[in-house]
Amino acid sequence: MTAADRGGPGASVPARPTPLVELRGITKRFGALVANDAIDLSVDAGEVLALLGENGAGKSTLTRILYGLSRADAGEIRIAGQPVTMTSPADALAAGIGMVTQEFSLVGTMTVTENLMLTGSSLGRVDRKAARARVLEASQRLGVPVDPDAVVERLSVGERQRVEIVKALLGDCRLLVLDEPTAVLVPADVDLLFASIRRLTAQGLAVVFISHKLHEVVEIADRIGILRRGRLVADLPAQGLDPVAIAALMVGATDQPGTPASAGDALGVHGETLATAVGLDGSAAPQAASAEVAVDPARPVALQVQGLTLAGDPRPRVDDVDLTVRAGEIVGVAGVSGNGQTELVALLCGTTAATAGTVCVGGTELTGLDPAARLRAGLGRLTEDRRGSVVLGMSVEQNLVLEDLDRFRTGPFLSRRKVRAHAASLIERFDIRAAPGDPIRSLSGGNMQKVLLARAIERDPTVLVASQPTRGLDVGACEYVYSQLRALRAAGSGVLLISEDLDELIGIADRILVLSGGRVVGEVAAAGATREALGVLMTGHAAAAGERAA
Amino acid sequence: MRFVLRAREPRWLAPAAVAVAVLVTLALTAGPIRLAGAAPVAAFERYVFTPLTTPNGIAEVLLSATPLLFTGLAVAIAFRVGYYNIGAEGQFLAGAIATTAMAFTAPDLPAVLALPLGVLAGALGGVVWAFLPALLRRRFGIDEVVTTLLLNPVAVLLLQGLLTGPWRNPVTGFPDSTSYGSGYELPALLGSRVHAGLLVGLVLVAVTGVVLWATPVGVRLRAVGQSPAAAGFSGIRVGVLQWRSALVSGAVAGVGGAVQVLGVQHQLTTSIAAGYGYTGVVVATLGGLSAVGVLAVAVLLGDVQVGAQSASISLQLPSQMGGVLSSVLLLTVVSAVAVRRYRLVRRRPRQPDPSEGPRAERPLQKVGG
Repeated sequence: MTAADRGGPGASVPARPTPLVELRGITKRFGALVANDAIDLSVDAGEVLALLGENGAGKSTLTRILYGLSRADAGEIRIAGQPVTMTSPADALAAGIGMVTQEFSLVGTMTVTENLMLTGSSLGRVDRKAARARVLEASQRLGVPVDPDAVVERLSVGERQRVEIVKALLGDCRLLVLDEPTAVLVPADVDLLFASIRRLTAQGLAVVFISHKLHEVVEIADRIGILRRGRLVADLPAQGLDPVAIAALMVGATDQPGTPASAGDALGVHGETLATAVGLDGSAAPQAASAEVAVDPARPVALQVQGLTLAGDPRPRVDDVDLTVRAGEIVGVAGVSGNGQTELVALLCGTTAATAGTVCVGGTELTGLDPAARLRAGLGRLTEDRRGSVVLGMSVEQNLVLEDLDRFRTGPFLSRRKVRAHAASLIERFDIRAAPGDPIRSLSGGNMQKVLLARAIERDPTVLVASQPTRGLDVGACEYVYSQLRALRAAGSGVLLISEDLDELIGIADRILVLSGGRVVGEVAAAGATREALGVLMTGHAAAAGERAA
Repeated sequence: MRFVLRAREPRWLAPAAVAVAVLVTLALTAGPIRLAGAAPVAAFERYVFTPLTTPNGIAEVLLSATPLLFTGLAVAIAFRVGYYNIGAEGQFLAGAIATTAMAFTAPDLPAVLALPLGVLAGALGGVVWAFLPALLRRRFGIDEVVTTLLLNPVAVLLLQGLLTGPWRNPVTGFPDSTSYGSGYELPALLGSRVHAGLLVGLVLVAVTGVVLWATPVGVRLRAVGQSPAAAGFSGIRVGVLQWRSALVSGAVAGVGGAVQVLGVQHQLTTSIAAGYGYTGVVVATLGGLSAVGVLAVAVLLGDVQVGAQSASISLQLPSQMGGVLSSVLLLTVVSAVAVRRYRLVRRRPRQPDPSEGPRAERPLQKVGG
């Protein structure tokens, strides 16, 4: 049975039988943030439900609630019509829900059988033979050979994932949750995974499948649920949907939160823009997606990256990235989380060594230089890990001067007076709401970001690499960060702004690069950019189209 | 009820925590002292106050404190940068052995040459003993706790091997070396048994204190110790600082071994392996890894050591009771200092910071720095 057999209009008529698993009014808040807002969703036996949404849309929260890792503030979960309470993964397993997360929980030095014996093993005798037989039986169910005696650390990522799936299936599993299972797989493994999913659903298993890759979703899903900012904005059959229509729903081309919209509406509203976007990526080569972007070639180059690569398994984390930031411009980098942004920033900051490629800041080659030398070369950094960029046990003033301690000496001694005066002036200039002697641990996210901005900008960097600079900040703090970045641009510095917030990129950047699978798959001028066009590029559709055409 | 990490702590909290720890120590040790047949109050008086009532007692306290000053300082210097050197014992012994080798190589040197060379030899001995674990840590990331600790018994065996082999006393046949030449004798201070090694120790305390508190290097060391990742991000060369601190730590411990043989024994005996290095870990930890703290705790533990001897004579308390007292004090102080970072909250904690995302539900965080 395939999606086409079941996905007809008849499948979603109101009079359908009791769903296998049903979520009713699931709500979860983290402080002011509503991660899940009254979500109603159900899955039938033998059905593949794809859950889509931008990063932070609430997918992970929802699956964590479903698997008992997190508790909903409101709402209920019903299994075969019966309400259940789940407070731990053990409850979820007992209720027949299995989950394979992006990070595997396998012991590398043990064999497959031994790993499976760890789960659900009760007290008493260890029956290796029976466990081995169960592995073989589960591998039969999957339709993919799994060697029960293989040592896990020698297995490929795809094989390890199969072991995880076998592990999830061991109990009386009726619903399998796969959190971005294809993110780590090579294409051949993806095909095997999809074959296994089809086999399992034919046996009556329900699957919740999370992915950012729309062509995969179209291929495997029977039904599609789309989350945006914690709300379920669409819940419709996959039949007849194409990646473009889904992308439109995801990035909010039809902004009707709460009411499930159909694909036709989506295309009707923004069909033209989307067609343009698809026309671009349909032309196979990723480079073709680059629109003409006007860059003043007379301006000096602030940051030049050539062929930057970071090897990874199964494929490079950062793949042959070329980019140029000129003085006085802000270059945005868009991309779905996990497509190489974090690694790119680490490579630029020198906290990770590149496999290949060069990075130049204002004419200084950075390859092989440590962070201190990179700072001297004129590189400013603002990473997404704010708390990891400061020494939490130290005071605001000590953190402000940590990069340039030698500037504040009197003879061999650190001058407390100079440090304090410097800190006081930065606190004044950057409006940091703290005293110099306050422990930095006590600062709010916005204030800590101001400290980091002050530290980076005060050195008058040639180029500032800013990663997710407004994540988690309130509106006022965001505006503040934007004003500082603009001021930096006006002062003639280059800025590389890595962000997942498309509005932010369109609003502040001069041009935007799109990163997918560690590669730059497109470049657009911010002035003409739309969320939809970027969204389609970001979801890897262009890259996939390129691969297939190749 | 749950523990939540404090964002700020009031100034009185740290001293209050130590005071509470002292009271708890007194309460906990009263039992064993009672069991041993003595009145706790009288015993505490013997342990802490009696040694300080006579000039001779004070001299003995300072004499006991001298080796602890060096090992405590050595451990504090290493722990500051997050290099957990548990090998001060081995480095101390290596220092004593190296000094002895120097004294036997050039026995007739005058004191002006013999003493600096002897101390220098001790420092080198300590560095040699600290070198291998530091190298393994830097090049291969091998945990220094294990390697430094395991080299301690090796140093003890080397000491015993030398004393039963080449350096065995040819006259008595005992496993003691012969006495050093007359140049290798640190001068006594004020006619007591206290020797000039104490002055060396005080100078090192002063230098360490100034470096840690008043120089850029001190700030870097602290940054590395508290958060190596953030320190590295700020351009501090974490590996280099840890490497250098490890070797300086070994040198300081080695000088401790040198002044102990030059100032007290004037020969090498197996009694030099008295656990000064291990006690140094206690001294450094109780002293909050600060130079002044090390000085205060070294004197306190020296005081308790001398008091324990007097209590064993006058109150018939086993002399190990002094060790019980200092060990319990270590445990209570370390616990109190760790717990003071938390406050006890009834019911649920505040809502997690949304900026940390949905996975921020961690009420009990790791103790920072």
